[in-house]
Amino acid sequence: MDYISNTPAERNKMLKEIGLEAVEDLFKMIPKEVKADEQLNIESGISELELMRKAQLTAKKNKSIDQQISFLGAGAYDHYVPGIIDALISRSEFYTAYTPYQAELSQGTLEAIYEYQSMICDLTGMGITNASMLDGASAAAEAVAMGARISRRSKVLLPDTINPAYREVIKTYGAGAELEFINLNSEQEIIDPSLIEKEIDASTGVVVLQYPNFYGSIEKMEEISKIINEDKKVVFVIIANPILLGLLKPPAEFGADIVVGEAQSLGNGLNYGGPNLGFMACKDDRKMLRQLPGRIVGKTKDVEGKEGFVLTLQTREQHIRREKATSNICTNEALNALMATIYLSTMGKTGLREVGEQCYHKSHYLAKKIDQLPGYEVANKDNFIHEFILKVKNKKSNEVLKKLIQQDILLGFDLKRIGQEGILVCVTEKRTKAELDKLIEKLEVL
Amino acid sequence: MEEKLIKDYSSPGRKGYSLPPLEVEESEFNSELSDYLREDVQLPEVSEVDVIRHYTALSEMNYGVDSGIYPLGSCTMKYNPKRNERVARIAALSNLHPYQPEAQLQGSLEILYQLKLDLAEISAMDEITLQPASGAHGEFTSLMIVKKYFEDKEEKRTKVIVPDSAHGTNPASATMAGFEVVEIASNERGMVDLEALAEALDQDTAALMLTNPNTLGIFEEDILKITEMVHEVGALVYYDGANMNAIMGYAKPGLMNFDLMHFNLHKTFSTPHGGGGPGSGPVGVKDFLAPYLPKPVLKKDEKKYYWDQKRPKSIGKVHSFYGNYGIMLRAWAYIKTVGGAGLKKTTENAVLNANYLKSRLKDDFELPYAEDSLHEFVLSGSRQKAEGASTLHIAKRLLDYDQYAPTIYFPLVVKEAMMIEPTETENIETLDHFVETLLTISREIKEDPELVKNAPHSTTVRKLDETEAARNPNLHW
Repeated sequence: MDYISNTPAERNKMLKEIGLEAVEDLFKMIPKEVKADEQLNIESGISELELMRKAQLTAKKNKSIDQQISFLGAGAYDHYVPGIIDALISRSEFYTAYTPYQAELSQGTLEAIYEYQSMICDLTGMGITNASMLDGASAAAEAVAMGARISRRSKVLLPDTINPAYREVIKTYGAGAELEFINLNSEQEIIDPSLIEKEIDASTGVVVLQYPNFYGSIEKMEEISKIINEDKKVVFVIIANPILLGLLKPPAEFGADIVVGEAQSLGNGLNYGGPNLGFMACKDDRKMLRQLPGRIVGKTKDVEGKEGFVLTLQTREQHIRREKATSNICTNEALNALMATIYLSTMGKTGLREVGEQCYHKSHYLAKKIDQLPGYEVANKDNFIHEFILKVKNKKSNEVLKKLIQQDILLGFDLKRIGQEGILVCVTEKRTKAELDKLIEKLEVL
Repeated sequence: MEEKLIKDYSSPGRKGYSLPPLEVEESEFNSELSDYLREDVQLPEVSEVDVIRHYTALSEMNYGVDSGIYPLGSCTMKYNPKRNERVARIAALSNLHPYQPEAQLQGSLEILYQLKLDLAEISAMDEITLQPASGAHGEFTSLMIVKKYFEDKEEKRTKVIVPDSAHGTNPASATMAGFEVVEIASNERGMVDLEALAEALDQDTAALMLTNPNTLGIFEEDILKITEMVHEVGALVYYDGANMNAIMGYAKPGLMNFDLMHFNLHKTFSTPHGGGGPGSGPVGVKDFLAPYLPKPVLKKDEKKYYWDQKRPKSIGKVHSFYGNYGIMLRAWAYIKTVGGAGLKKTTENAVLNANYLKSRLKDDFELPYAEDSLHEFVLSGSRQKAEGASTLHIAKRLLDYDQYAPTIYFPLVVKEAMMIEPTETENIETLDHFVETLLTISREIKEDPELVKNAPHSTTVRKLDETEAARNPNLHW
């Protein structure tokens, strides 16, 4: 099956208009030496019935997370996704559109992005938000690069309490911009503010913190903020989890200059880690705005005075500024941003807080019960929101993980993957009490 | 504004959600954590029906490929098959956490592996990473590979050469990777000027970035000479895969001696653009560059598929996880549906459609380059501009006729450029209608230029003031 409408007769008519006899004549400028003389070695096309059968059969080799009880988080979160999101984004006027270059025929996309920008500004407390970034990690990397440009300094303080995948991506981008990274090592799951005080100097351009951090804990934000603020040139980047910002203070209150993060948690499913939704917000400051990467939507008026929306401030972008652009970003995650917008509208003022509270109470219920079991300890029990570090005594944690997998439980992210002890356990509002109790019971008899 | 903002539907106490009861006892926030609780968020208070009506209304103010022709040059706005969407929504393929054990993901990894093999076959590249999430992301990844390759060889190379007809992302990506960009002018036939290239090439050159066919739709007929010249100074040649729809089954970047490239799954392989994303920009490399690919790399042994994390020479990661997996599922479904012969037929029809449009329009609009072109072509509206209405006006007038406009004012080498790419999925009636509309507009410019200059007239909003938007930014409510 292909998706060609024109019949051979129609194609011949078109060839005649062009003045050619055969379709191959259209390719005669391709030199013989580079011409692929054989057919592509890819099987013949199939029908929809065959495709669906093939896909379903292949899918059977997977075990999805709804076939088990999952406590996996570590940067990708299994939250409730309201059914109306898929219904709305399945409207083809949304999902089959391109970047809204022709604003007058793209008001739907543009107005939705304006709403998205507004809600992210509200959650983060920041003044400006762009239309989206590729994912949380690349948003963090671009924020660091932006911070270095603004401060004109190349030293970056990077605590190890930041998601390790983000730290890797930040360093990949940093190698391009030739930045210098200082790793800060944590004690007891959070960074000691005095470490930042010790490392920060006149060459420090950027300090990054995650809120809550990779282990689910909250750093000493106020204290660190004060240290950073002593040098006005230093750009403070906070990586935040937006779904928890219905509950937690906005990062702007800690003096963040740039706030970024992964908004997959807002109404986007897991999809094996992509497409995800990076968000990026900064202070309402012209200097900041000029350095911000990505698309931005603004409200304006048409010739008759009617309000409408356009892509704006494009002189920062690659299609205008080319090698002098703030970033190369072009395609972003617009449809995912629409999903987040619909999610935030649906959950609204009280729903987002309720989600945060349910995550908090359920994860604390579980942590308390497990901590009471002999052989287990919750390392950060006094300081976490919806993710905690479970330490297993007298047993190997990967054996515990393996045994639970056999009982249809994914206990969490094995910190061995990043060279540390323990398991990172995440509880979202989707987990039921029965599921939590089942885990507790299994751990007890293990 | 035709449709008010969602916040303006707010009514205190209104709700659009319900969650199951908490079931567990509440835990106090200890004194330290309670300092971090916020008072309030200002999100809308709306019902489910409010949300549905509002976003349905917004969708009605939009235009997608399903609405009609979308002739944006270099964007390959082809039909997005619905069966691909079905595949991407199969729960056992989509409801997967990136840190699940690989043993639970063998089906998905098999699909990704097949996609890798097919992309390698289409391009004559040896190894593929699926991690980059967009075309520009793939460009950046590629340039970091180039950088790492030369670091490994202990060669300091600082320059990346980019033709003046290149996509803006090319020079921007090169800058992000820390290279100095050297732009070279195209020759009078719209191709790489070999003399300018020879002059720019030296021991400091790390790479040449090239699109072939280029953004004028013209195939670089000296491509083997070009790649040879670049290789002679020890530099690499990078292929921007935005225009792959022009050559599938006819030519392969690997056979043209490109060393590495990116694909746009959201162009060539029919995945939807989502109003600006998500896309997916896999990178293909020749064997000698495979060690530098982002980690992890998908591998297969006798028993299973697995992610190879041990990549000591890797540039590192460019994405939190494995890239835009949901998009890869759709591209896989597309390639399986269309098949090898179908991909070639796709290219043939894309090129035929473009040449048909060009043939029908070339008498009424200036054709700045007479060279044969493939899947897209560039016209100039300069004749019409002299008559009173510019390319921008023509683009806006097209909207009145319920058709999307071509890419305009790009490539920069053509004045008043209109870059037209119809893709293979448009039928002859749609193409004819597009031609007739452009001819009508051209006639209108002669008869009543003000009508065109004041377009659009029939869209939900009329021409929007972009200057005001930039001067006094209003970026949130």
